[in-house]
Amino acid sequence: MCLGIPAKIISLEGDLARVSIGGVEYTASISLLDDIRVGDFVIVHAGFAIEKVDPLEAMETMRLVQEIEAQSRKND
Amino acid sequence: MEFIEEYRDKKIVGALAESIRKRSVHDIVLMEVCGGHTMAVHKFGIKELLPSTIRLLSGPGCPVCVSGTGFIDSAIRLAGIPGNIIATYGDLVRVPGSSSTLEKERAEGADIRVVYSVLDSIRIAHENPDHHIVFLGIGFETTAPATAAAILKARTEGLTNFSVLSSHKIMPPVMESLIDEGVKIDGYIAPGHVSAITGVEMYRNIAEKYRMGVVVSGFEPVDILQTILMLVSQFEDHDPKVEIQYRRVVKPKGNPIARELIGKVFITGDDWWRGIGMIPGSGLKIRPEFSSYDAERRFDLPHIPNKEPAGCICGEVLKGLKTPLDCGLFSAICTPVQPVGACMVSAEGTCATYYRYRKTA
Repeated sequence: MCLGIPAKIISLEGDLARVSIGGVEYTASISLLDDIRVGDFVIVHAGFAIEKVDPLEAMETMRLVQEIEAQSRKND
Repeated sequence: MEFIEEYRDKKIVGALAESIRKRSVHDIVLMEVCGGHTMAVHKFGIKELLPSTIRLLSGPGCPVCVSGTGFIDSAIRLAGIPGNIIATYGDLVRVPGSSSTLEKERAEGADIRVVYSVLDSIRIAHENPDHHIVFLGIGFETTAPATAAAILKARTEGLTNFSVLSSHKIMPPVMESLIDEGVKIDGYIAPGHVSAITGVEMYRNIAEKYRMGVVVSGFEPVDILQTILMLVSQFEDHDPKVEIQYRRVVKPKGNPIARELIGKVFITGDDWWRGIGMIPGSGLKIRPEFSSYDAERRFDLPHIPNKEPAGCICGEVLKGLKTPLDCGLFSAICTPVQPVGACMVSAEGTCATYYRYRKTA
């Protein structure tokens, strides 16, 4: 019951949004979040979007782990 | 899929595993608290990538698994009251109470409906004005704001045939209680989505008082391995602290709207954890001002004691003291089809996870 999944906002209607998870559409409540726009990614958990996914932070994490990967290739 | 596939990149996974092997000198025990992490660890074979210095334990973070028999018995009692409809998340219907399950009661004619979201139970209440709908509120800080939002929505809409039996729980007291009980852990892989709601301030006590690292992790292999690397580095440097690996989702202060909703509708109280017992301040009770939405008060439920099934070591598994393989019932008598203990019921339960992945693990 407890898994949160990244979902893309497709359309908004009041407190509800249509979201896409891997191409399959669901309805989720966005009442726990401010300022949600079409195209945003959110984590959906038991029918509620609980937080936005921040693309800049995601890129920063990828940059960090890619650096580790580049470093390990250099050491080989 | 965005925000999933890139965190499963084999090259990065391999490089992280290698960095961990280089960095880890001393033996270290890490506990993944959240059932979602337990599932990911087994699904992606994380343990096989780690050096022998690192031991991973599974913790008590599966809400279905820690719901006591008393809670299930109360739900069954409510289901037996004529005119009541029980709405519940799916996993809970198969959890054994002291003598029955909601699934068995449904087969006997009780009206028990599985919902994906608490908002579905509000819809059922509107569609069935002659019935009373009781939603079984389980889960940690991740589902509690949804339940709170539903109670507020019911009040706004003037809905009088809806209430909640709350067994919502919060994480920090159980994380501290495990250390107090002497479970040997050197660091916590902290729950990502709970922390998305709560923020990370609540873990500071664990880092400062218990001198233990806490890193909030995402759920993909790259996330979990990066988290383990962070915890190993803290441990080797004798520098325990609270860090966030899952930065794309978790903000230091969490989700303020969700936190406010929890505070508005719930108040903390002592709560029973299956296999662990009573933990002070670990439960979320519905505030008196919302008592008409509190099924316990509305139906004046008596206190029903909690009993553990004979032979089940679910409690020790939840505390990380034993693994399912130490249990005499595991896979012989207790299976996902015929579960004895709650750890075998939920897909996120440690026993169910071991059962599903043991052939590939």
